[in-house]
Amino acid sequence: MSANLTKERTQPLADLDIERIRDDFPILAEKINGHRLAYLDSAASSQHPQSVINAISHYYEHDHANVHRGVHTLSHRATDAHEGARENVRRFINAASTREIIFTRGTTEAINLVATSFGTTLEAGDEIVISHLEHHSNIVPWQMLCERTGSTLRVIPINDRGELILDAFHDLLNSRTRLVSVAHVSNALGTVMPVAEIISAAKTRGIPVLLDGAQAIPHQAVDVTALECDFYAFSGHKMFGPTGIGALYAREQWLERLPPYQGGGDMILEVSFDGTTFNDLPYKFEAGTPNIAGAVGLGAAIDYIDSIGMDRIQAYEANLLHYATAQLSAIDGLRLIGTAEHKAGVVSFTFDDIHPHDIGTVLDHQGVAIRTGHHCAMPVMDFFGIAGTARASLAFYNNRQDIDQLVDGLQVAIGMFRT
Amino acid sequence: MNEATDLQDLYRRTVLDHSRNPRNCRRIEAADASADGHNPLCGDKLTVYIKRDGPEIKDLAFEGVGCAISVASASIMTERLGHAAIAAARNEIALVLQQFGPTPADAQSLPGDMAALSGVRSYPSRTKCATLAWKTLLAVLDGENRPVTTEE
Repeated sequence: MSANLTKERTQPLADLDIERIRDDFPILAEKINGHRLAYLDSAASSQHPQSVINAISHYYEHDHANVHRGVHTLSHRATDAHEGARENVRRFINAASTREIIFTRGTTEAINLVATSFGTTLEAGDEIVISHLEHHSNIVPWQMLCERTGSTLRVIPINDRGELILDAFHDLLNSRTRLVSVAHVSNALGTVMPVAEIISAAKTRGIPVLLDGAQAIPHQAVDVTALECDFYAFSGHKMFGPTGIGALYAREQWLERLPPYQGGGDMILEVSFDGTTFNDLPYKFEAGTPNIAGAVGLGAAIDYIDSIGMDRIQAYEANLLHYATAQLSAIDGLRLIGTAEHKAGVVSFTFDDIHPHDIGTVLDHQGVAIRTGHHCAMPVMDFFGIAGTARASLAFYNNRQDIDQLVDGLQVAIGMFRT
Repeated sequence: MNEATDLQDLYRRTVLDHSRNPRNCRRIEAADASADGHNPLCGDKLTVYIKRDGPEIKDLAFEGVGCAISVASASIMTERLGHAAIAAARNEIALVLQQFGPTPADAQSLPGDMAALSGVRSYPSRTKCATLAWKTLLAVLDGENRPVTTEE
């Protein structure tokens, strides 16, 4: 599958009816500090279409009970809604079976699940490969695992455009490498990672690969079967669904082999004080009452994305990112951080003479919501020798007016802080 | 956030002056003590240096990177306390931390040029910027070796 998100759009921009789409997101009508809202922080958390909000309300108003164990009607409805959402996720990422879809709290828990369960197979001297571009959630669980097992963390270096140095990646792989875990798209810089090449090189050596898909899944079609990855983690709240729900795709052969992540109800078939028989997949990895409404919301978010079409979303966003990059590049003194050839959804930048925190406050006063700081990717900031960046991140509900409002806001900040 | 608060109230002339031209922004080579302050929310780091003369501060300086609020606050602090008695400095630190805390005393205003930063109190996410240097100075005076963080 092509990871190229910046390819020329194949359909006219007008093909996506942005104004109608924006009407689907009630929060976009909010006035912020007296201004029209330009929400450019979707990489931190995206907003919700009315259909997602309605699905969650409908679930609580009509269908709620506990899942998987009741004989009564509401329990059946809740179970159907929950398992229906799992099928939506399976279809959305083209997994072979719902047995391979584990609901989690989000990407972070999905990665921790793998670090815990897969981690039991590691021994001292084994190695895990990550990259310099990772979010802390794809660094710290592995550091903790290395601490527990005596394994070593290896880091793929990056160049000054914010791209992986693939030659160095190939050199890192060896007979002790047990797992490669990298982002599909970098959250701090928007770099689209060369995952096809990474997976191909790892598979040649029989090394499993985990992709942190949190920043990829709202921007491009993800097909785990075509990717041939072993694990794929993502969050609902970055793809127009609720917080507190996400999923881990894992190949069935791994899930059969690995021990459970947490113990409790729902993940067992039979419990006695002599021992416990674990439940079938995927329930073996889902202890406790799940986030049923969250799963319902995620399922509705997937339906919404499908109603627009990921190909059209990708083409529209590529065009908007190109516009944003051009407009921001024209601002005197603005330094783009992350200029990879293939990018998605993110423009990160700094000024020599204006701190990102001050930019964030000035923009907020003009209704522009961006993220400032290290974006939970401190090693990336260290690489570029900065404390943080200002980051504008896009979704398909953004338009050129949002970008223009950002640029106007930056001009106000420049007028204020530049001597 | 109070929507009525405008930017000019946050970034007053005095604040911009101190942030553009911070006073005592340097390392004291012969410092008696120093401490690092860190705001993990924005990645800002600064170091506060002190040179003492008995019960008095003889020289006070800082270096590091920060936003306009944190740099201005550090600059004003070094200007105000650079020659203060340590006991008086402690009192002023306590006053400033209280005024940027959850229960500021209405009767007391911020001392001197720090009053220019009073607008920050309308921005809960930015009060940590205003207090970082002061918390770090407190750590210097307490002789603490561990770095100060705004996230306790």
